[in-house]
Amino acid sequence: MNRQIVQLFAFVLALFAVLIGFTSYWSVFDAEALKEQDANKRPLLEQQQIPRGRILAADGTLIAKSVAKGKGSSKRYVRRYPEGPLFGHPIGYSFVRYGDSEFEQFHNEELVGEGSEFSSIADELLGHAQEGNDIVTNIDTEAQRLAQSELEEAGYGAVVALDPETGAVEVMASNAPYDPNRVPYEYSKLANEGIETPLLNRATQGRYPPGSTFKVVTAAAGLDSGAITPETPIDAPGSLEVEGTPLENDFGKDFFGATLDTALTNSVNTWFGQLGQQLGNDTLFEYMDRFGFNAKPAIDLPEEEVLPSGVYDIENDELLHANDPVDLARVAIGQERLLATPLQMAQVAAAVANGGKLMKPQIWKRVIDPDGRTVDTMDPSVYSDAVSEETAAELTTAMEGVVNEGTGTNAAISGVAVAGKTGTAETPGNLACGGGAEENQAWFIGFAPADDPQTAIAVSIECTPEFGGDVAAPIFRDVAEAILNGE
Amino acid sequence: MTSARNRELLALVPVAALLTAGFAAVFSQENEQLGNLSLIYGAYFLAICLAAHVYLRIRLPNADPYLFPLMATLTAFGLVMIYRIDETLARDQANWFVLGLILFALTIQFLRDYEVLERYRYTIAIAGLLLLLAPRVPGIGQQVNGAYLGVKIGPIAFQPAEFTKLAIIVFLASYLREHREVLIVGARRVLGVTLPPLKHFGPLLVVWGASMFMLVFIRDLGSSLMFFAAFLALLYVATGRFSFVVIGMAMFLLGAWFFASTVPHVHERVEIWLHPYNEPENAGYQILQSIFAQADGGLFGKGFGQALITVPGTDDALLPAAQTDTIYSLIVNEVGLFGAVGVVLVYTMIAARGFKIALLASDGFSKLLATGLTAVFAIQAFVIIGGVTRVIPLTGVTLPLVSYGGSSIVANFVLLALLLLISDRARREAAEPAGRMAAMGAPA
Repeated sequence: MNRQIVQLFAFVLALFAVLIGFTSYWSVFDAEALKEQDANKRPLLEQQQIPRGRILAADGTLIAKSVAKGKGSSKRYVRRYPEGPLFGHPIGYSFVRYGDSEFEQFHNEELVGEGSEFSSIADELLGHAQEGNDIVTNIDTEAQRLAQSELEEAGYGAVVALDPETGAVEVMASNAPYDPNRVPYEYSKLANEGIETPLLNRATQGRYPPGSTFKVVTAAAGLDSGAITPETPIDAPGSLEVEGTPLENDFGKDFFGATLDTALTNSVNTWFGQLGQQLGNDTLFEYMDRFGFNAKPAIDLPEEEVLPSGVYDIENDELLHANDPVDLARVAIGQERLLATPLQMAQVAAAVANGGKLMKPQIWKRVIDPDGRTVDTMDPSVYSDAVSEETAAELTTAMEGVVNEGTGTNAAISGVAVAGKTGTAETPGNLACGGGAEENQAWFIGFAPADDPQTAIAVSIECTPEFGGDVAAPIFRDVAEAILNGE
Repeated sequence: MTSARNRELLALVPVAALLTAGFAAVFSQENEQLGNLSLIYGAYFLAICLAAHVYLRIRLPNADPYLFPLMATLTAFGLVMIYRIDETLARDQANWFVLGLILFALTIQFLRDYEVLERYRYTIAIAGLLLLLAPRVPGIGQQVNGAYLGVKIGPIAFQPAEFTKLAIIVFLASYLREHREVLIVGARRVLGVTLPPLKHFGPLLVVWGASMFMLVFIRDLGSSLMFFAAFLALLYVATGRFSFVVIGMAMFLLGAWFFASTVPHVHERVEIWLHPYNEPENAGYQILQSIFAQADGGLFGKGFGQALITVPGTDDALLPAAQTDTIYSLIVNEVGLFGAVGVVLVYTMIAARGFKIALLASDGFSKLLATGLTAVFAIQAFVIIGGVTRVIPLTGVTLPLVSYGGSSIVANFVLLALLLLISDRARREAAEPAGRMAAMGAPA
């Protein structure tokens, strides 16, 4: 029997080896994947025991804080947002049951104070409880408040303001708003898929036809590629047959021998349509890429909460490329299947404002550890050299004309030179608006002061019967003024 | 053989130190200040172990020196983990540990000639099976998670399966000792398969039937698996016929498959095992949380007292049945893969010592009894650790000596007593220069 006993022992050893194998798999090899599982609330529950750092606006306004509940081992921290809906976007929320979103999610590691593995082991040995870092953002409280309240009067939409030189996000407002404090109580209501979709950050996920604001990109491509100069005349008739459908100017007005300034000031569709055709797919798409289209903006928000802009195959929700068949004349005036987010159009304005250099947009500014030391500071970084300084200067001049004497006069600020472009994309029958017959997507993009740009702003309003120059330009003006006054 | 007892004494000191350190770690987590309470608990534990040791020194001077310290290690580890979950539960467990040692001593006292068990094997087997039925008796039976596992008579509650385990092993060891020859000789080859003789196989079929019966009537998948695996292990050791094991396994799987598709409780357990993510908040909750707890532990664990067992601020279990079924997951969570490997190593060493006793033993009954007791102990550890690591469906058996549970502690210390009784005799005989079994060549 002894042989069998030894064999039985060997079998028991094999069984135990299997146990070690499975334990290793769960605890080490598959551990990261298990922590990502939706059903696994542990990572969030453990974070809840750490006082999460505060989030502050640029002026020190408290955006988010953690308050302690319970005592002893049941002590936990719950997130509070003192300003309610004001910073709902882009800050997001962080709750055990509903997870986290937007800025709270992207900057989670800093907010819970997860440093290197070494420092956390050292802290544990020394008995230091883990504590989160504070983050100061670039958000301008007053400008954000103004943008939010004016948006709520104008309609659903978004406002984004960037510092052109650094990429700092000064304003990111989205209407419909939501109060992050209410998330634990009415999540299903807030997450609804109806027209309001308050949890959707329209600044980064609202994709709208950019209309005439896109003409800035077309003009930039024309100037920078050498296809035109500011003096190049193009005959732009009131109506032009393109791909079997007439492309028309407002009121069918003819602009023969028009140059860039005239064309942009009067937003001449047939002028830019012809320019687009002259440039060709490759050049126009190349400049779109340079301005940040066809890629997710490099902003500090979770990737799945940021959408790229570009020409879409609507049915498959996929971006089209330069070699796909598109009606280039209509892409050039911001129509066809071109969709852009307000953040993307703010990037266009910012790149022009910054001498052609597009900076990566960043919401965060500084990370401050629990002892009050600044441990990290945002370094402005270049996304691309979209156009040359010369091109940027020429575009600025043309965009100033829009505000001084064109469609964008409502954006004018007394004593400050403003450069901008209006846009009004017709979206008749848009189901998201309830299917109204005369609904527009109204836009304004621009920057100020034109000679020394401090802020570049995009305003976009959904489902409005009004024009960009009437509904979006005044919001631009007020927000820009608030930012300029604050500095 | 006092040197054996000296080794035992030496081995008990680190065990007590481990318990002291474990309590100190838990205290330091729960209170800011570190009192001397952990030292007091360590001293109590050492004193109780020393008492048992002195008793062994007198009664079984030749017995294996490592088994008792190894089992004390598991008990100490279990006490620390349970204390960390709930102070009052740890007090119960400590009392049961003392009760277990009393029964341990009584077993050694009255079963010195353990062959007497052979004489009553049928009585023991029937008593064991009747015990199993008790949980279904109205008034005293208790249902836990759909399985009929507990008995409560007045203030005394216990889980009969833990004791039936011992009864069945005693019966099988005795029965197989007597019939192993005929089982081997009488085997016939039918269609290329070696079949055991039917006449002598009847009682063994009863064991199979009992396992199936447990599946259906008691709905205890874990004990059923454990009993049957121990049965097959003994059958193999007794006959050396691997084909018997294959046939037995086929019969069990066939039965299990049949009942898995007809008995909802068994079916559900298997479904949860295969598809835990189907109902992560309900049926799959326990196994998923068990695995998540292990993922949370990583290589080194979060430290004693650091893991989450309930959702903070509530009484909702984050790791259901942390003190019983999923205690292994809690161990991985708090002391990591390294700690868990340590625990499995202790079980491995116990198995090694147990099988060594079986190798040393001179007579068939002793060999089979030692093998069976060791096998059932090791298999029980496998069934529950395998359950919480999703190797096999999760069932409600205890992790021997570590899980909270009086029946388990007491039954396992009786099991230890039997092993030490066999060991004492085997080593005494082997030590005699002209010992009968010197020819076996086993070292003393």
